[in-house]
Amino acid sequence: MTSTRRRARGRLPVVLVLPAVVGLAFLLIPLVGLLVRAPWRTLPEQLFSESVGDALRLSLVCASLATVVCLVLGVPLAWLLARGDVPGRGVLRALVTVPLVLPPVVGGVALLFVLGRRGLVGQHLDAWFGISLPFTTAGVVLAEAFVAMPFLVISVEGALRAADPRYEEAAATLGASRWLAFRRVTLPSILPGVVAGTVLCWARALGEFGATITFAGNFPGETTTMPLAVYLALETDPESAIVLSVVLLLVSVGVLAALRDRWISGPS
Amino acid sequence: MRALALVALMVLTGCGATGSDGAATGRITVFAAASLTGTFTRLGEDFEAAHPGVEVVLSFGGSAGLAQQIGQGAPADVFASAAPANMAQVVDSGGTAAAPVTFARNRLEIAVPRGNPAGISGLADFGDAEAKIALCAEQVPCGAAAKRAFDAAGITARPDTLEQDVKAVLAKVRLGEVDAALVYRTDVRSAAGEVEGVAFPEADRTVNDYVIAPLADAPNDAGARAFIEHVRSEQGRAVLAEAGFDVP
Repeated sequence: MTSTRRRARGRLPVVLVLPAVVGLAFLLIPLVGLLVRAPWRTLPEQLFSESVGDALRLSLVCASLATVVCLVLGVPLAWLLARGDVPGRGVLRALVTVPLVLPPVVGGVALLFVLGRRGLVGQHLDAWFGISLPFTTAGVVLAEAFVAMPFLVISVEGALRAADPRYEEAAATLGASRWLAFRRVTLPSILPGVVAGTVLCWARALGEFGATITFAGNFPGETTTMPLAVYLALETDPESAIVLSVVLLLVSVGVLAALRDRWISGPS
Repeated sequence: MRALALVALMVLTGCGATGSDGAATGRITVFAAASLTGTFTRLGEDFEAAHPGVEVVLSFGGSAGLAQQIGQGAPADVFASAAPANMAQVVDSGGTAAAPVTFARNRLEIAVPRGNPAGISGLADFGDAEAKIALCAEQVPCGAAAKRAFDAAGITARPDTLEQDVKAVLAKVRLGEVDAALVYRTDVRSAAGEVEGVAFPEADRTVNDYVIAPLADAPNDAGARAFIEHVRSEQGRAVLAEAGFDVP
């Protein structure tokens, strides 16, 4: 059995190999190009420069806070979609994934029209509590959470659907409340899915650009995250744009490496 | 009969009523600063109407970004920059086919949402921590001009956001998300009805020259020169003046 498989692997048709190699090159060469152009010698110095440091710190803080928001709201949402007895669950599930395919800038516009100072909800927040979300770090967190949450929900929901509900039922028959069963039985069994979803969610939040710049604006130290800094740096200081890009690239690769067991090595 | 043939010949060779524009044919690609969006769209349409068969393709963006794209071989025929500095970048690398000329000037104005709800009356209000303020980032021309104004007035601005281009700043005013912003006078006029302008004395320090030049690697050199001629014609000047530009 194994020998036939090995022989089949040796006879890969050229019609497939050629486009495959071109595809591989297409995806990898831009990344390699970035690394080649990077000013490696001054990289540490640039990295610890004030503006880059500010953007990096803000990015890490905001992405982490957004991930917390996603966990707190997203895990229960995933549970509702996987186990809840709600009408129109299929439609609901589809709607939850909309931000995945929606251009982030559209998400930002939507947030602005709802939570902006003149927005549907925002005008009341402003009038009653004096809270205005655009141009604040909280706005960045919201924009990132909006874009990243579907990644977490999908991962957790998939894990929940794969998990055997009979353990929960057994726990229930033994007298555990639904909340206790969820906490002590369900959650541990889907932990790998939650972890993978969290990492992916964090990485997506870290790279968020469109919704952030549309909804939260751009001010150093408050709303200028790494991707925004890259965009602005390109206008005047391409060198530092490359440094920022390399950092984001390394983080992304790091995240994928951390998820290696789950995705990169496949089902084997 | 002969007269008819002559007319047909003139039409075929693109020699229309505005014969001074030369024999423009085909597609003319114009890279223009974002603040020229309204006027150049109009100028492009007028030019197409005067030259049947000619297609004017406009690409708007930040002047620095456009200069960079040209430097990297973007197939453009004309570059209209909101700042001489960005044009100089292209000139220095041998990217222009003729010396750039100044065809318009713009100056900053304070833009406030309709009705001026925060009661903004001058540049001094930009130093107020309470007011929500949007400005261009200093790296882009409108931001640099704003800095000159604040320096001249001796005011430390306290912006809430520094946007990447002037249209993004204007959008925040239109939406009422900020109380005041500094944009070009032309931007205020383009959003009349939603946005009101407040003039300020230091605006003289913010005058910005718009320069235009045909590009060395232009796929359509004749078209490029004809379009620039159109921009500088009486008709072109009228369009620019109507939009709020000072026309030299």
